[in-house]
Amino acid sequence: MKRETLLAIVGALALILCAWAIPWLKFVLTVALAKGIAVLGILLLLRAGQVSFGHAMFLAVGAYTVAFVAPSVPEVLLLLPLAALLATALGLVIGLFLVRYRDIFFGMLNLALSMVIYSLLEKMYAITHGTDGIRIAALTFAGVSLEREVQEWVMFGIALTLAIGFGLLVRAYLGSPMGRALAGIKTRETRLEFMGVSARLVLLFAYVLSALMGGVGGALVSMTTRHVTPQLAYWTSSGELVFIAILGGAGSALGPFLGATAFELVRVYAAAAVADAWQMILGGVLLLVILFAPGGVWGILSSKLKGRGA
Amino acid sequence: MMEWFSDNGLLLGLALLDGLSYAALVFMVAVGLNLVFGVLRIVNVAHGSLFAIGAYTAASIGIFFASLGLPAWAGYIALVLSALLVGAVLGPLIERLLLRRIYGHEDVLQLLVTFALFMILEDVQKLIWGVQPIMQDAPMKFLGTVDIPFGEDVIPFTAYQLFVLPGVAVATLAALAWFLRRTLTGRVIVAVTTDKEAATAMGIDAAKIMLLTFSFGAGLAALGGALASPTTSLVPGVGASTIVLSFAVVATAGLGQIEGAALTSLMIGLGRSIAVYFAPEFEVVVPYIIMVAVLLVRPQGLFGVLETRRV
Repeated sequence: MKRETLLAIVGALALILCAWAIPWLKFVLTVALAKGIAVLGILLLLRAGQVSFGHAMFLAVGAYTVAFVAPSVPEVLLLLPLAALLATALGLVIGLFLVRYRDIFFGMLNLALSMVIYSLLEKMYAITHGTDGIRIAALTFAGVSLEREVQEWVMFGIALTLAIGFGLLVRAYLGSPMGRALAGIKTRETRLEFMGVSARLVLLFAYVLSALMGGVGGALVSMTTRHVTPQLAYWTSSGELVFIAILGGAGSALGPFLGATAFELVRVYAAAAVADAWQMILGGVLLLVILFAPGGVWGILSSKLKGRGA
Repeated sequence: MMEWFSDNGLLLGLALLDGLSYAALVFMVAVGLNLVFGVLRIVNVAHGSLFAIGAYTAASIGIFFASLGLPAWAGYIALVLSALLVGAVLGPLIERLLLRRIYGHEDVLQLLVTFALFMILEDVQKLIWGVQPIMQDAPMKFLGTVDIPFGEDVIPFTAYQLFVLPGVAVATLAALAWFLRRTLTGRVIVAVTTDKEAATAMGIDAAKIMLLTFSFGAGLAALGGALASPTTSLVPGVGASTIVLSFAVVATAGLGQIEGAALTSLMIGLGRSIAVYFAPEFEVVVPYIIMVAVLLVRPQGLFGVLETRRV
């Protein structure tokens, strides 16, 4: 456990150093942290053995909340909680009905609902501007409008703080009885019920929490990229989130951030090197990880660290 | 009501015809997906890419045939050839090199392996065929149009979409039903679907059956794509949108049901095309609304059998 803390501190410092040394990387890293927060939610569901192929819908809800409300209230500190609140509300409504399903049906229903949201965002041109998306105007932080360079640092700082906060929250949650019961859903759900634990309630709690983190992640992404499109909710974006979760490793709350950083960096460099084949490279990386390093980046790191300790 | 019909009847007729041909294509993809899931227990996210590759291959072969100066009906050979190529080359390649390694792994990992495959195939497609739309509608033009009397009006509709697409889908359904229930290989496939271990214990080579089924499913998806290619111009992204729709069909119908998949394809195909004509903004949503509505009432799907809960 100590190693995890150490790795988290080293990782956070490394991110800050990178953002400082290579200014354009700050943008990439902020997006990576934001996605990492959303992937934490996927991690919770993975603990229960459930995979959501539609979680990008919560990101989209968070992002579009920012896009819609920003013109009247351009305050980051108000927009973030609002986006989180709306995503949580949606997560609760959808979750109440989804927790009755498992495995493939759970995944497919998530996918279906996210596609509904995608097509609404795409087709309601008058409100959402369809595939053109919405540009987000300048935002203020605590009432102060900042110049670009400072704004980028502020967004990076917020993302890093929230990432650490949610990471700790998820760690505490996974260690709690509610969190431990998640693993029970994966192995023997009936046994949970025998012990008087409602499996649906356990899953619902995790689902709502994951929706909240999805909303926060989406809001951060939109505040950083300053542009939202329906693509955010497309099923391939949801696939990417699950991809990141596996890439990073599902064994630790650090995994999503390791995965997201690796994912975004590979994406940026692959897209620069071979513009038409970056997806292919990402797919290849994913295959290699699954076939040869099932523990993900976290698994590789922790086994290295353990090896040194022994 | 009568008034509405006299105003919109023609539109409704067109929607029904469109829906029928669309349902035929959806069925071709969904039935393969269903079959593959039944035997391999893997939801193949890349199934839509096979549809797209089938479509592109058919168009390429068709254009090549046309450049050789072959008559227009040769376009139909191109369609079949494309399905055979994808089924016999790409199918075994994917199964042997990739899927074989992950049988029995966690669902999540299997799903992600096929997702990775999807990402790779999407780019392979772009590298081979580019991002410019490709159009090869010779097979459709060859058959011309049919005037369908509809009340006092006449709807001109392409014979290809009216006869060929639904015809192939019905033939596929009948052939599959016969194959799975009346032939030895078919019954072996059903046996592996029902209980792989017991089937293996009876001396069935499950590995061979899995290879066969996957290639067959891939061929069906490619045939669907090939059949679709004359009706539309091909652009990247067609695989991604096809797969989500066939997921909807499979989940709505319930797993392991071919007749159910046919009926559900019809339902979703018609629902979607009615939406196209009467509420275009909801075109993409309708299939999912149908799916969610069905699963709310019947969690195992319309025709699915409830599996016993794990104890």
